Amino acid sequence: MSLLDVQNLSVTLHTPHGDLPAVADVSLSVGAEETLGIVGESGSGKTMLARSIMGLLPRARASASGSVKLKGVEMVGARASDLRRLWATEVAMIFQDPMTALNPVMRVGRQIDETLRVRLGLSRSAARARAIELLEMVGIPSPEKRYAAYPGQLSGGMRQRVVIAMALAASPSLILADEPTTGLDVTIQAQILNLLDELQARLHTSMILITHDLGVVATRTSHLAVMYAGRIVETGTTRDVFARHRMPYTRALLESSPRVSNPAHTRLTAIPGRPPNLLRLGEGCAFAPRCGFASERCHRERPELSVPDESSHAFACFNPLEVGR
Amino acid sequence: MSDVLLSVRELTVSFPHGAHRVSAVAGVSFDVLRGETLGLVGESGCGKSTTGKALMRIVEPTGGSVSLEGVEITTASGRALRQLRTRMQMIFQDPISSLNPRRRVRDIVAEPLDCWKSATGSERDALVSTLLNQVGIDPVANGTRYAREFSGGQCQRISIARSLAMRPQLLICDEMVSALDVSVQAQILNLLEDLKAEYGLTLLFIAHDLAVVKNVSDRVAVMYLGTICEIGPADVLYETPAHPYTKFLLSAALEADPDAPQNREVLQGEPPSPLDPPSGCRFRTRCPLAQERCALEAPLAREVSAGHQVACHFPLARTT
Ligand SMILES: Nc1ncnc2c1ncn2[C@@H]1O[C@H](COP(=O)(O)OP(=O)(O)OP(=O)(O)O)[C@@H](O)[C@H]1O
Ligand SMILES: Nc1ncnc2c1ncn2[C@@H]1O[C@H](COP(=O)(O)OP(=O)(O)O)[C@@H](O)[C@H]1O
Ligand code: SF4
Ligand code: SF4
Ligand SMILES: [Mg+2]
Ligand SMILES: [Mg+2]
Repeated sequence: MSLLDVQNLSVTLHTPHGDLPAVADVSLSVGAEETLGIVGESGSGKTMLARSIMGLLPRARASASGSVKLKGVEMVGARASDLRRLWATEVAMIFQDPMTALNPVMRVGRQIDETLRVRLGLSRSAARARAIELLEMVGIPSPEKRYAAYPGQLSGGMRQRVVIAMALAASPSLILADEPTTGLDVTIQAQILNLLDELQARLHTSMILITHDLGVVATRTSHLAVMYAGRIVETGTTRDVFARHRMPYTRALLESSPRVSNPAHTRLTAIPGRPPNLLRLGEGCAFAPRCGFASERCHRERPELSVPDESSHAFACFNPLEVGR
Repeated sequence: MSDVLLSVRELTVSFPHGAHRVSAVAGVSFDVLRGETLGLVGESGCGKSTTGKALMRIVEPTGGSVSLEGVEITTASGRALRQLRTRMQMIFQDPISSLNPRRRVRDIVAEPLDCWKSATGSERDALVSTLLNQVGIDPVANGTRYAREFSGGQCQRISIARSLAMRPQLLICDEMVSALDVSVQAQILNLLEDLKAEYGLTLLFIAHDLAVVKNVSDRVAVMYLGTICEIGPADVLYETPAHPYTKFLLSAALEADPDAPQNREVLQGEPPSPLDPPSGCRFRTRCPLAQERCALEAPLAREVSAGHQVACHFPLARTT
């Protein structure tokens, strides 16, 4: 059994313009100490998928179906109190904007303290000592001093470290990191990614790393899922998805990314058009209007994700590419 | 090809901040050659945008000189300045907010023409249609729609059309594809290359994304805390960086390839505040090679190979 097992998860958002299928029929699993990368362009459903795995959807505006099992415990439809217990001990989320997880008018040390006291039932003095330890562990210089700082007094990179410290407070078995380095400079991004690597190895934590940055997933994940219009369209080991992808969108995404190794004035392989409006999805493959390989069938019928091969590689396409093309 | 279109010497910009001043650009010198694309990279807050804006006098330089084909911009005023400004155009990062949401696309593109009365009536309309066609926006179907009805990529196309209306010589692109998804980013970068050829444009391409900059630039300048560390031909600079900061920056850029080499040296710490920059070399507080001299003396730019200059007392050993 995997640590995390997601089966046929769908999320519908109830918007003023109608019901929007933000996540459609997603199945995935994450094993112990694995890192699953999820890539896709803006609006492809990455954040909604992460929030639904966490059980963090606004109940009035969204409905989820399917199954999310963490260590065998079903989270879809779980009681709020059970979810809170899971959030406290088993699964933590890191958001793109650290400010969404921090209270701007409370000293960062106090925020970590509270998390520790609520989650682990530590005493005030034990919590303070542990908070300083955590700040040190996430590489914050002079942690005693920073303990008393307000979030606004810290740089973006330091704030993300604080959020990571809070996420790790209870040594969760799974971290969901949604674009944890997106707003940060590359050298700070490298620091944060290295920190996550180190902590993951030390704490034996599994991770779902969501990003639109192919460079980040290429080097930091063991498995990869590519999302398009709310669905996983290709998944497998990271190496297979990069080197042996079968789904045209995966290839288009890889080829449209500029490379550091490209010479000046390299013509990029752009994907024509833009991602579909999820409120007006047709019957067929959501990529069909932009796909150079689309056949008549693609416009009529939606390809299902294939049965994974022995190395867990699967793709959703009627006209898959030859491997190694 | 190698004559100088824009020449920048010892440009400084500082902003008042309480009783102090933020030293955003601290003595920057470079040339932009006619017909080239010069990339300007560096991390947030290093002064890229301020440099771009100071060239256009969108912010006022506090010192130094900027000249376009030998005509000084920093002291120009009135009509002369406005005339100079039509020859240089700037495109910004946030495609949606840099367009007026309540104006129609055709009128947005025609703004500079109307302002200068350089084309009126049917001539104006024909020019606007041509521009819109060139950036891939259908002038008939979409010309009368409002800017707010368009996606980020489409807004950036409209910005490009507007910036070309006066047939500028120099286009300053400030993070123009940073807010776009890769598939749309590739469309805009290709479009930019096409228009560059068609209009004979010279580009100053400001961005933090090292891969994007490498794809478009003939030469690249690297900025750190208001100064230029290194400038040179793009392939030489990426292949054999001579400044320690450039080396760290490049090793932090992740190639989208699981088999890319992984021996990454990570730069420690964060940039100091431009309110109180270090003495001497501004990179010295994070530089593993720093020596006493680095605190005493700001390094001057010197040539390490043809057209490749570095501002460092102890440039990295050259392998070529
Ligand atoms: N609060 C909301 N109300 C209505 N629609 C929403 C809301 N949040 C997200 N959506 C829609 O749900 C879909 C998936 O959005 P999601 O935020 O999961 O995308 P994402 O892949 O995380 O994108 P990004 O890369 O921009 O973060 C999109 O079509 C989006 O417009
Ligand atoms: N209008 C302004 N007033 C005060 N400080 C500014 C202003 N614009 C920029 N700065 C400061 O100048 C420095 C350089 O900023 P900027 O040119 O925007 O950097 P970049 O574009 O490289 O991210 C930063 O420290 C920034 O905070
Ligand atoms: S199913 Fe058809 S349209 Fe979809 S990716 Fe495959 S070939 Fe293209
Ligand atoms: S001048 Fe000194 S501190 Fe500055 S980059 Fe060179 S070696 Fe490092
Ligand atoms: Mg998101
Ligand atoms: Mg900027």
